Amino acid sequence: MKTLKQRRKRNETWIKYLLSALATISVLTTLGIIYSLFSETFVFFQHVSIVEFFTSLQWSPSLKPQHFGVWPLVVGTAMIAVGSAAVAIPLGLGSAIYLSEYAKKKTRKVIKPILEVLAGIPSVVYGFFALTFITPILRDLIPSTKIFNAASASIAVGIMIIPLVASLSEDAMNAVPDSMRQGAYALGSTRFEVATKVVVPAALSGIGSAFVLAISRAIGETMIVAIAAGQSPILTFNPLNSIQTMTGFMVNVALGDIEYGSIEYQTVFAVGALLFLLTFSLNLIARYIVKKNRETYA
Amino acid sequence: MKLDSIEARRYIARKLKQRKALDKIFHGIVFLATMVGVVFLAVLLTKILRDGLGNLNWNFLTSFPSRFPSKAGILTALVGSVWIISLTILIALPIGVGTAIYLEEYANKRSKFYNLLVVNIANLAGVPAIVYGMLGLMVFVRLLQFGNSILSGAFTLSLLILPVIIVASQEAIKAVPSSLREASFALGASKWQTVGRVVLPYAIPGILTGAILAISRAMGEAAPLIMVGGAGYVGFLPDSPMDVFSALPLQIYNWTSRPQTEFQNVAAAGIIVLLALLLTLNAIAVFIRNKYSYRMD
Repeated sequence: MKTLKQRRKRNETWIKYLLSALATISVLTTLGIIYSLFSETFVFFQHVSIVEFFTSLQWSPSLKPQHFGVWPLVVGTAMIAVGSAAVAIPLGLGSAIYLSEYAKKKTRKVIKPILEVLAGIPSVVYGFFALTFITPILRDLIPSTKIFNAASASIAVGIMIIPLVASLSEDAMNAVPDSMRQGAYALGSTRFEVATKVVVPAALSGIGSAFVLAISRAIGETMIVAIAAGQSPILTFNPLNSIQTMTGFMVNVALGDIEYGSIEYQTVFAVGALLFLLTFSLNLIARYIVKKNRETYA
Repeated sequence: MKLDSIEARRYIARKLKQRKALDKIFHGIVFLATMVGVVFLAVLLTKILRDGLGNLNWNFLTSFPSRFPSKAGILTALVGSVWIISLTILIALPIGVGTAIYLEEYANKRSKFYNLLVVNIANLAGVPAIVYGMLGLMVFVRLLQFGNSILSGAFTLSLLILPVIIVASQEAIKAVPSSLREASFALGASKWQTVGRVVLPYAIPGILTGAILAISRAMGEAAPLIMVGGAGYVGFLPDSPMDVFSALPLQIYNWTSRPQTEFQNVAAAGIIVLLALLLTLNAIAVFIRNKYSYRMD
């Protein structure tokens, strides 16, 4: 007969194995993502030349004659990324500076949660707002604006990622030791000088990584662009035109009846793989910026 | 120019005035930058309430979708969302909390496995939601043959929110004072007894708060559900997790993308329902945090 102690020891070992098995699921998720994306992509590139994919300027995978040049989607995605960054970076950094350097504690306590609500609103809601509120205003201002256009979606995506930029930048600024601020104040600096010449430079790596992460988020954003940016994979650099992003294309195909194993089905995975590689690289860059430039203040 | 000459003093005074003015202007600029977000939120909510409130009534909540905007209801989407979210909680919570317990209480923090897990979780958190949809399509819909079902949707969303739950649970477990663990060990308790009866009870408010926030993220996600075949128009209620489904964000997307403007008001009513649910969830999270978060000193 086993003693109580032995039984307990055996149970403890089992529990440890069980927990480590649960922990392994997150690793399996990553492997699953890589397998899902790249196995179909591999098949895709047996039918479509990889050279065409990366050099052709036409994208029409479901229309004859078929063209598989991914550039229209990449340029569409880049327009959304640049446009939303142009909204989110100045506003997010400005909010962070205000909250960390100017706002009184009480004001901060009120405004910060309000900004965080922006991050919690589902992206379909932003999409609805972009289409039914931002677009009509843009069309009033510039009548040549299309109903579906990159600018409206960019503004909505930009506002959505303000809290991301603001909170990561603010974290970076909060990590700057107060002694540095006080030193600058003691020399007679104004708050503007402290913020722009001491705090922001000291927090620059954290702020830079916040910008990169924001762009990565914008690239992966789906519903806003699916609703407001259009479904026209045509190469254009005019933000008032209808475009299609990589994510927009994926949703659009998934909503139709895609036949398993058809070339359209595989196209979605090829575009998905590209999207994954792009966002993954940006996330790595963001982490590298922080790691490389981390200064320790003793 | 001598430093105490009149010109020098005037120069310094002028410079100081300029610097102070610049500070005030900058203060105004960053304040306005902050206000853009706040005003945007106010306008967004006003617009949605104004468009949607007219359509929001008991009929809307209890009717099936329809081709006619005046008859369209949100019932299937609401029931679909409740199904998916309940299953997502059942799947994601044990895995997430188990992983966090393993990382914080069991794993050797210098081991390669620990490092792999931590880096991996950080990377997963940055993967776009739609990519999880591709994983769901390949693994749950095709490979495991769950089809375009509630179950596929719930598994997909579970994996999507797993990193959030893990990180939140880790934070909650980290906040448990080690003196409590030591006291438990000193009384002869085993590791698991300590975790189950000392660490977890103390950490549960924090874990729940994080889990609720993760769930509210899952509730608003549309893209991964579209990839696994969730529909914007389902005319019947699901009986089992293997049925096809709709969900609130899918239904809202479907209504928004219809050409008739009446449907946009229906979409706004749907958004009000979704936002009300999210608000309730968040209120519960705040309540739990305020009521049960205590610190031992």
